[in-house]
Amino acid sequence: MSIESAKAQNLISESPEGSSLWRDAWIRLRANRLATFSLFFFIFISILTIIGPEIISISYESQDLDNTFTPPGSTHLFGTDNLGRDLFARVLHGGRISLAVGFLATAVSLVIGVAYGMTSGYLGGKPDALMMRIVDILYSLPFTIFVILLMVLFGRNFVLLFIAIGAVEWLTMARITRGQTLGLKQAEFIEAARALGYSHSRILFRHILPNLIGPVIVYATLTVPAVMLLEAVLSFLGLGVQAPMSSWGSLIKEGSEKMDIAPWLIFFPGLFFSLTLLALNFLGDGLRDALDPKSAKD
Amino acid sequence: MKFLEIKNLKTFFHTRSGTVRAVDEVSFSIDKGEIVGIVGESGSGKSVTCHTMLGLLPQPPARVEGGSMHFQGDNLVSLSKPALRALRGKRISMVFQDPMSCLNPFITIVEQVAEPLIIHDKLSRNKAEKQAIEMMKKVGIRDAEKRARSYPHEFSGGMRQRVMIAMALVTKPDLLLADEPTTALDVTIQARILKILKSLREELDVSVLFITHDLGVVAEIADRIVVMYRGKIVEQGRVNEIFSNPKHPYVKGLLACRPTLDCKYQTLPTVDDFLDTIENEDGTIEIREKENVKSTLRGLLEEKKASEDEQTEPLVEVQNLTVCFRSSRGFLRGKTEEVRAVDGIDLTIQKGKTLGLVGESGCGKTSAGRAILHLIRPTAGEVIYDGKSLGKLSKQTLLEYRKKMQIIFQDPYASLNPRLTIEQALIEPMLVHSIGDSRSNRRDRVVHILEEVGLSSAHLLRYPHEFSGGQRQRICVARALAVEPEFIVCDECVSAMDVSVQAQVLNLMQELQRKRQLTYLFISHDLSVVKFISDEVAVMQAGKIIEFGSAQNLYAHPKESYTQDLIDAIPSPYNLVKD
Repeated sequence: MSIESAKAQNLISESPEGSSLWRDAWIRLRANRLATFSLFFFIFISILTIIGPEIISISYESQDLDNTFTPPGSTHLFGTDNLGRDLFARVLHGGRISLAVGFLATAVSLVIGVAYGMTSGYLGGKPDALMMRIVDILYSLPFTIFVILLMVLFGRNFVLLFIAIGAVEWLTMARITRGQTLGLKQAEFIEAARALGYSHSRILFRHILPNLIGPVIVYATLTVPAVMLLEAVLSFLGLGVQAPMSSWGSLIKEGSEKMDIAPWLIFFPGLFFSLTLLALNFLGDGLRDALDPKSAKD
Repeated sequence: MKFLEIKNLKTFFHTRSGTVRAVDEVSFSIDKGEIVGIVGESGSGKSVTCHTMLGLLPQPPARVEGGSMHFQGDNLVSLSKPALRALRGKRISMVFQDPMSCLNPFITIVEQVAEPLIIHDKLSRNKAEKQAIEMMKKVGIRDAEKRARSYPHEFSGGMRQRVMIAMALVTKPDLLLADEPTTALDVTIQARILKILKSLREELDVSVLFITHDLGVVAEIADRIVVMYRGKIVEQGRVNEIFSNPKHPYVKGLLACRPTLDCKYQTLPTVDDFLDTIENEDGTIEIREKENVKSTLRGLLEEKKASEDEQTEPLVEVQNLTVCFRSSRGFLRGKTEEVRAVDGIDLTIQKGKTLGLVGESGCGKTSAGRAILHLIRPTAGEVIYDGKSLGKLSKQTLLEYRKKMQIIFQDPYASLNPRLTIEQALIEPMLVHSIGDSRSNRRDRVVHILEEVGLSSAHLLRYPHEFSGGQRQRICVARALAVEPEFIVCDECVSAMDVSVQAQVLNLMQELQRKRQLTYLFISHDLSVVKFISDEVAVMQAGKIIEFGSAQNLYAHPKESYTQDLIDAIPSPYNLVKD
């Protein structure tokens, strides 16, 4: 609609202030109330889990066998579990590990996946086919066997957990980026860039990468919860976090076994887990829109 | 009672930035068996009118604010949704612009054509498919029985559009809405489709509402014309009346700004030469005719300068250029097939001149353009630029030649990175080629170039999506100019535009050529545009150059019958219109 766009142009020319993509994005994100609220909520949860365990008086691992399965109350805010451990302390402490695993593993998968997928898609032809077949082969390896193998080779290690999960999650990311890159490569502005004599790295980082942001961010926000759940599965198998350490995933697993006698054991970790994921999803949506110049000023 | 009567129709879009009066007090009517053309540029409200009739607009933001649309006694405005659905595809059918994306790629042609019959007439599958094949024969699909079971991708663009028309007409509707049905097609195919539509009108006694931005097309097919501008009807009447005696300044402008084969203008007139548009505070628009139109036109009407006496030297020489594409599917997947897109062409482009390269889609003209720039590697042959063979240059030296040769693409929407502001997009090539010594110097250059292409420094910080198609094409031109090239390949660079915008961009390109001594290779399927802008013309068919000559001679005395066909396919009224 030309009239509409003409109007939009008038609106913008009134504000001659220049701004970068990121500053524009921040302004747009602030305008999205749900996303802003999610951002602050998420920051709040992060702070709570990082400094919370340090300031509360009860340790997450101290047992009190006289007070097992205490319902939530004034001494134990979220109640206690089968060994009389304070659930509030355990939820905060578990949050640390869950968030750390979630973010580090996602970051690892993001970096490897985007770099690999972008290279593969941009090169095209035979290198692309070869690189994607490697991805296919890695896909077909059973995840648990892969992790057990890593554990056997390098010993049990918390950092290894990040790497193991990240090393699996990047495959999907690589496929998504590769598909997007293949499409973008055909776009005329990429051809124009070639005609202008831009180097390959400039085309990749300045013209292709920013245009991948939308799907990548959405997929990343989906990866964080998936990774947190994977961590819970690993912990359940005895390959991840070991008791008395906790994570949201393992707390939910434990809680689900005792749901009939102590429902709060699943309720509180579950609540934290879901609220955080919900906030992340809203934030991801908001970020995708904010980083797209087209979504502005309609 | 009229067959279809639209009275004072108002459709507004309510958006966050205000109300857009997309269709404002529009009234017209269609008789049984009549073909009426709605003409207007993009955003004039012609498609919105059409979609309003079928209730196909997203509501909100759109809302019908008033008026009535009586179709065979029913008021379409007040009809319920189920009633409208029963009417769509049965009594009113629609043909869309892009035949490539309007057919479902997973369903065979005959099933798609038969589907409306199964839905609306509750026919059995067998009967429906029989009728569908009948209709496919009528729209000129040869071997309809044999090809019925093929899938859309096995059909060419023109054939797909015939399938679309068959699908729309198979239920024997009373009214056919055709929304730019030939815009995406080559001229020769367009001419055939128009012919088919006309003959079907008589055979099936169907009324047609034909929407287009091209007055020439509408004159070819319509009985009456309705011209829309910014949501309002500015003029309507019989075809001959409008062409011989246009009253409204916008219509006059529209008729004048399309280059014709006997065009005498040195610079094309634009619609802005004819009228002033005044936007009132309440959002309504007032149009006034300019007073000094005649003198302005006279100023533009210089004879093209005879240039034979000038001495020119060749800038680009193309020798035996061949481009083959291998349809390989990655390794481990068996045999490859070879397609010769460009089959040994020879061309010489004179310095400071424009060579027009004409041909239908698929003839290899785009591949040729890209191979000349070495954007795709030629399979064989040589491109000699200013005495140097590009194929023999090292990668590093080729980069330096990138600076001298640029390209402008057809689709200004796809050829700008949506995430870079105009300033960033224009400064980048300067950075890469170390033009300008400081940030402020480069910025000054950018502002200068923007002004040269008719934009201003106020546009620097905006993103491409905030511009209209014509403005974006100006930005693409500016980006090409940023590296101060000598030679520009224009690949269908005005084909996707409204005629009025097309005239502006063509003028701009001519002006830039004069100012900067640019050399153009102008690739297009539109012969009249090519004639206007080119000094020499080459006609391409199936990868080969079949005819080459000066623009004047080639059009006056075409040697090949193919060239003659292309010239004949240009909608005729343009050749009749005198200024």
